[in-house]
Amino acid sequence: MKTRSWLVAASFADLLFLYLPIAILVVFSFNASKLSARWQGFSLEWYAKLFTDQALLSATVNSLIVATVSTVLAGALGVLTAVALERQPFRWQGAFEVLLLMPIVIPEIMMGVAMLLFFVMIKLPLSLLTMIIAHTIFNFPVVALIVRARLRKLDPRLEEAASDLGATPWVAFKRVTLPLLMPGIVGALLMAFTLSLDDFIISFFTAGVGSTTLPIKVYGMLKSAVTPEVNALSAILVLVSMGLVAVATWVQRK
Amino acid sequence: MKKSIPWLIVPPAATLILFFGVPLALVLAVSFATRGTYGGIEWAFTLGNYTSIADPLYLRIFWRSLWLAVLTTIICLVMGFPLAYVIARAPQRWQGILLFLVIIPFWTNFLVRTYAWMFILRSEGLLSTVLSALGLTHEPLPLLFTDTAVLIGLVYGYLPFMVLPLYAALERLDPSLIEAAWDLYARPLQVFTRVVLPLSKPGVIAGCVLVFIPSLGAYVTPDLLGGARSMMIGNLIQHQYLVVRDWPFGSALSFVLMAGVLAAVLYYLRAGGERGLL
Repeated sequence: MKTRSWLVAASFADLLFLYLPIAILVVFSFNASKLSARWQGFSLEWYAKLFTDQALLSATVNSLIVATVSTVLAGALGVLTAVALERQPFRWQGAFEVLLLMPIVIPEIMMGVAMLLFFVMIKLPLSLLTMIIAHTIFNFPVVALIVRARLRKLDPRLEEAASDLGATPWVAFKRVTLPLLMPGIVGALLMAFTLSLDDFIISFFTAGVGSTTLPIKVYGMLKSAVTPEVNALSAILVLVSMGLVAVATWVQRK
Repeated sequence: MKKSIPWLIVPPAATLILFFGVPLALVLAVSFATRGTYGGIEWAFTLGNYTSIADPLYLRIFWRSLWLAVLTTIICLVMGFPLAYVIARAPQRWQGILLFLVIIPFWTNFLVRTYAWMFILRSEGLLSTVLSALGLTHEPLPLLFTDTAVLIGLVYGYLPFMVLPLYAALERLDPSLIEAAWDLYARPLQVFTRVVLPLSKPGVIAGCVLVFIPSLGAYVTPDLLGGARSMMIGNLIQHQYLVVRDWPFGSALSFVLMAGVLAAVLYYLRAGGERGLL
């Protein structure tokens, strides 16, 4: 077809638009100059500085704690939700499904505001705990959606066969359904982990004084003096994300 | 047959209602309360928080947010369509790689991606440096902290949201229909407007809604790339909550924003796209 070449050119331009800024960021993280925009030779100085930045390290630890705990909670709640919605229709299911979609649909700023207001009103001091609660809330509907989609594609006859062979519902679930759902669950958990690790707005509203996470720290760096250290940190974060997508894609394929 | 409430749903439902339903209800309640003298909340019913949104100062911010969100959506659609089409028509092996390339930015930290543009657009940033080195400009360009910078940041941030649903729709499109159009001597534009576009409509609508919603409620992009005059609704809400500490007014603003978002979602559901929100 004759229109092909310009379409391919336009697509190439799109990909360039998506990747060039990130590539520039990574290249300049190796720049020796402190006033960043001019290239003044190769250096690993900024990476070395990152690893000695105590505040940055503790923010990273906080991020990992929040992401891990909220992912585990979101995983448990999400799988329960998916199984209940698909296998045990209940009264008010429609209303529940609407409420379940809301955390995904409403603007993050609204979610942040609502959480802050709630925690202040119930007098729960802002801390890692409040952040874990907030992250669990925005993550478990995501897990539920992904796992439910996978559950729908499963052949219900497999479970029926298991019960015909005398398996209790729990055994049928554990031995037949759960293993088949596993790739979907792992993919969903990786997604939840990434969303938690990357979240800034909701964390910004629900973090306490000692519970700064990595994105909050990065935001602070961007708002004050931007140094090449930010480039180095960005490069590392980009690499981590790429690794997570690669793993997630690989797992979901199975 | 609908049973009563199965125990499986109790933990997630209770969590969602307590930690999400109640907070939302609180925002709604507070939006009708009065601001206390020292920034607290006084439970005296008022509609004042909603009527004061009509102030031209705030209306301008709402208008700018809407305008930027619509513009972002249109640009993403125009930019995203060729890419989605090319991916959908690429050989199987390439489809996987190209989709992967579109998904990576979606998983990459949003602050980092926004920072990339700060780095490029700053007055002593890359673009200025390159342009002045080429002798094209002599003084630093005022690129960062403008509406244009915000627009670039929004398009950059949400383009993958457009490409993925478009791809899903175009991938299902039977190529023989396009060939038939060619065989019947349709001009390229006709093939697009009469065959490709109508058949990919669900993807177009899904993509537009998925781009429009986060653009309308954007906070990070206008905060980092925009100046004091490029404030969007998200920034106004944050400002009212954390700086001015007028929580009732901030809550009213959030509800108006949410109404806008829900209108977009409702339109999406009406248009028949209940699947593939992500």
